[in-house]
Amino acid sequence: MVALKTFKKGGVHPADNKFSADKPFVKAPLPKMAIIHVTQHLGAPAKVLVKKGDKVKTGQLIAEASGFISANIHSSVTGKVMKIDNAIDASGYKKTAIFIRTDKEEVWEDGIDTSEDLVKDIPYSPQEIVEKVKKAGVVGMGGATFPTNVKLTPPPGKKAEYLIINGVECEPYLTVDHRTMLEKGHELMVGTKILMKALGVNQAIIGIENNKPDAIEYLTKISKEYEGISIQPLKMKYPQGGEKQLINAILGREVPSGGLPIDVGAVVQNVGTTVAVYKAVQKNMPLIERTVTVSGTNFSNPSNYIVRIGTPIKDLVEFAGGVPENTGKIIAGGPMTGKALSSLDAPIQKGTSGVIFFPDEAAHRKPYQDCIRCAKCVSVCPSGLEPYLLMTVTEKQMYDVARKNHITDCIECGSCSFICPTYRPLLDYIRLGKKTVMDQIRAERAQKQKK
Amino acid sequence: MKDNKLKLVISHSPHVHANNSVKKIMYLVILALIPELLVSFAYFGLGALIVTLTSIASAVFFEWFIQKFMMKKKPTISDGSAIITGLLLAFNVPSNLPIWMVIVGALVAIGIGKMTFGGLGNNLFNPALVGRVFLLISFPVAMTSWPTPGGQNLTAYTDAVTGATPLGVIKEGIKNGETIPQLMDKIPDYWNMFLGHMGGSLGEISALALLLGGLFLIWKKIINWQIPVSIIVTVAVFAGILHAADPNKYADPLFHLLTGGLMLGSFFMATDMVTSPMTPKGMTIFGIGIGILVVTIRVWGAYPEGMSFAILIMNAFVPLINMYSKPKLYGEVKRNGK
Repeated sequence: MVALKTFKKGGVHPADNKFSADKPFVKAPLPKMAIIHVTQHLGAPAKVLVKKGDKVKTGQLIAEASGFISANIHSSVTGKVMKIDNAIDASGYKKTAIFIRTDKEEVWEDGIDTSEDLVKDIPYSPQEIVEKVKKAGVVGMGGATFPTNVKLTPPPGKKAEYLIINGVECEPYLTVDHRTMLEKGHELMVGTKILMKALGVNQAIIGIENNKPDAIEYLTKISKEYEGISIQPLKMKYPQGGEKQLINAILGREVPSGGLPIDVGAVVQNVGTTVAVYKAVQKNMPLIERTVTVSGTNFSNPSNYIVRIGTPIKDLVEFAGGVPENTGKIIAGGPMTGKALSSLDAPIQKGTSGVIFFPDEAAHRKPYQDCIRCAKCVSVCPSGLEPYLLMTVTEKQMYDVARKNHITDCIECGSCSFICPTYRPLLDYIRLGKKTVMDQIRAERAQKQKK
Repeated sequence: MKDNKLKLVISHSPHVHANNSVKKIMYLVILALIPELLVSFAYFGLGALIVTLTSIASAVFFEWFIQKFMMKKKPTISDGSAIITGLLLAFNVPSNLPIWMVIVGALVAIGIGKMTFGGLGNNLFNPALVGRVFLLISFPVAMTSWPTPGGQNLTAYTDAVTGATPLGVIKEGIKNGETIPQLMDKIPDYWNMFLGHMGGSLGEISALALLLGGLFLIWKKIINWQIPVSIIVTVAVFAGILHAADPNKYADPLFHLLTGGLMLGSFFMATDMVTSPMTPKGMTIFGIGIGILVVTIRVWGAYPEGMSFAILIMNAFVPLINMYSKPKLYGEVKRNGK
């Protein structure tokens, strides 16, 4: 067994509550009405290509990337476009979405291989791979939803040395990456080889926390068939799944403040994303479904599902067994970084990794008190910041001080708010301050460019 | 559920919490103080009991009174911080101190040391030490008559038999021209001092009991090791240099570590979260400052003991230390990331 590694600075240990770890994936039924937003990724919204009344096939391109950082959107069902209208999403805002009423019979877009057969050969050039990934609308599925093809295109002069596959899944409750590693191990390996080829690297490391010993064992075993891929077990610590933390844990390097992983020769891709890349390249399969954990302490049937994008969360929850009694909060994603849903009408999107129920008694925040200067927030901050100070200066609108104290380096992991014994909403304020400072920086840049 | 409609709570992430609280922290600190409290009861008996109970009760009362009637807000006495202030104040006074003086001390500690700044979290100085130093300056005789441990003093209170502390013996002796080796015969041996068999404030006598409590707090991650360790190392080095220079004039390092409020101060007073720095680097600077000051005051100052003053002086430097001891930023590296 390889020695356990972890990142050096900060971190917390939330109870991991992985209730659904041994539940194999179940396919959720197709939605009666798919609600497909054009804003499922980081970057510019996709441009709608269909209109009301159009018939669409499963896998058909219905909105195309607009700009460098954007992503294609495909229909996840076969049916008729009913309307293009605003619809609520997990953030609680209404955004443009394409409503598609599902037909009884599913017809796939031409050229898509829907079989489960493993295709190992990779006859494509790096450019062709990037093009296929882009075409399929693959984005980071760990939650950040950054367009994957952009990550595979390092800026000129920068060269990747290592590909890191993120199998950490440090968010409590979520088990989709865990199940993917167990059930789609070979697809993951071929996907990794594809990414290695696209980036021109000979070494890939899959980082997995030691609360998933079965995944570590299985992937270590099958990785012998794939040259250049190794498994790195990691000591459990949140937020190890953060790119910068994972790079530090595995390579011992630190991404420069304000820099990108590529600055230290690393590219990080999530396990789910890697499998999506495999499907996109080997099967011409666009990103139209994803894995979702439905779980909660008060939920009797914690499970993992394969869900078509655009399925209303309401439909998925109903299929999973319904909202448990006494539910006070429902989270899309994990409890450390996920969003509290205001409505179950919001659909599953490319970045939705979980639906977590919280009983009413755990749904409310406790009232907060004055800071007792215990310095716990400072010691758990993985970015080396002083959250107590950043909150105070944001409260007082001293944004210049916040900027001087590197507020823009915050990765919004929530460790500070998690640990604070006086329940201070540290991250709420830091987000506000960070956004204000970012806006200032952008305005200054724009000013400079004008001159 | 009304109308079968979900009522959902909306809030920002994170949605879970470590579930630690001020209350938990405070009660663990109280627990860590129990061994020393038991030693005090064993050596000073009734007096220790009366002073401790009076101090705690009045500290809690004043906090409640000031919050309720003067600050007009909901009293937070159940968080346990006033209990700790009361307990630590008691630990810092002799066990024969009259009740009314204890009450005055608690009023100053809570009223001036804590509430004038806005209550828990906002005070610049350690409240118990503010109370203690106020008493020391106002009632120097009562605050420096130390009951001798054990014997008939177990049932005595203000009528307890008193004697000098080891620090007092040394200070007085050096002034009168005696040498350290001569004076060493007049004080208990180091083993007895380690166990707590010597005169002193009621909660500072047993280094053993204080170490137990302190290590417990470090293990529970309530306090960082940096402050106590940097104080102890600094005192040992500084006193060691002086002792090596002139062993007849300056006591050895172990003497300094076992006497006075050094252990109590290092583990329980200087480590007060509210009044100590925020980063390990800052804590180390803070501890070194205290170490230098305490030896300086003991050796060259007017008082035989200087732990309270050393901590209070360094408390005043905490905001400055915080400004110059920022944590190291992730990614504050050269472009190659190494």
